[in-house]
Amino acid sequence: MSLIDFLQRVLGKETNTSKNVAKERLRLVLVHDRSSISPHILNALKEDMIKVISTYMEIDEEALEVSLSNEDESVALVANIPVVKMKRDYQG
Amino acid sequence: MGEVIVVTSGKGGVGKTTTTANIGTGLASLGKKVVLVDTDIGLRNLDVVMGLENRIVYDLVDVADGNCRLKQALIKDKRFDDRLFLLPAAQTKDKNAISEQQMIDLCNTLNEEFDYTIIDCPAGIEQGFKNAIAGAQKSLVVTTPEVSAVRDADRIIGLLEAADLPDPRLIINRLRPAMVKQGDMMDIDDMIDILAVSLLGVVPEDEKIVVSTNRGEPAVLDEMSLAGEAYRNISRRLTGEEVPLMNLDVNDGLMGRLRKLFGFSK
Repeated sequence: MSLIDFLQRVLGKETNTSKNVAKERLRLVLVHDRSSISPHILNALKEDMIKVISTYMEIDEEALEVSLSNEDESVALVANIPVVKMKRDYQG
Repeated sequence: MGEVIVVTSGKGGVGKTTTTANIGTGLASLGKKVVLVDTDIGLRNLDVVMGLENRIVYDLVDVADGNCRLKQALIKDKRFDDRLFLLPAAQTKDKNAISEQQMIDLCNTLNEEFDYTIIDCPAGIEQGFKNAIAGAQKSLVVTTPEVSAVRDADRIIGLLEAADLPDPRLIINRLRPAMVKQGDMMDIDDMIDILAVSLLGVVPEDEKIVVSTNRGEPAVLDEMSLAGEAYRNISRRLTGEEVPLMNLDVNDGLMGRLRKLFGFSK
């Protein structure tokens, strides 16, 4: 324990305790662990997305790609959806 | 009809077998009729923790394969007359020596005769785990206050829920209250919060567990053991009784006293 850590502990400022480090590391690792969803669920999500988007535009269903991407501190849902044609009704 | 409860953890070495032995013995002490099933085929240990290793003749695989009758394989714990039994795992086979269907059938049979069938699950998430949970109705997840153990517990909880064993209950094992107070160990709320499951009990780190394992006498039988008391409480909770969490407060120690002295008490 460094002198600064020691002083912080004596003063009750325990922001950098190993417990908090553990909690933060656990939080991040679980975000990644839990984001590995099954292909089955990913497929269901894909189909639902196609349904919703098709109301507004014509998309290339074959080329549609959906995946989860892990960044350092977050997980993003990345979808690449080629649009074939806009539906006239919604062109404004 | 009784209950079939599987004790899981994912990670090895967090205390599944110790927990199974103590809960089983605790329930038998409460007058319940209990059978413990060791499903860790190839790496059996529940027999030694229970002190029953010298009396094994037949095992789980023998029963599943029909080499013996179930009654012949059940080892009676003489500390309890006719209330506590062990069905040991086979030591020379592997996890594939038994099927999920065989486990389901076995659990159904045991459940007709016993108030509690407690299944000690092997570490890992492979076939041994699948076999262990196949015939269970309820599940417990044992973890310790470490990143690795909690991470694996999270994975196991996901798998239990996917296998239609909802609402697993958590046992936090080997908690060291002094370290928690010092900010060097995750506390109970941290883990409950992260895992989002209900808490069944907290077992403090206790050297008496080593002694009880040495002797083959579960700590739950030791009135002086703190961990034993925690397991007695957990056993009572399993029967539906409401038992408050043990007070694990520690004396303040040097830091606490210093802080109070300087008026920084939290």
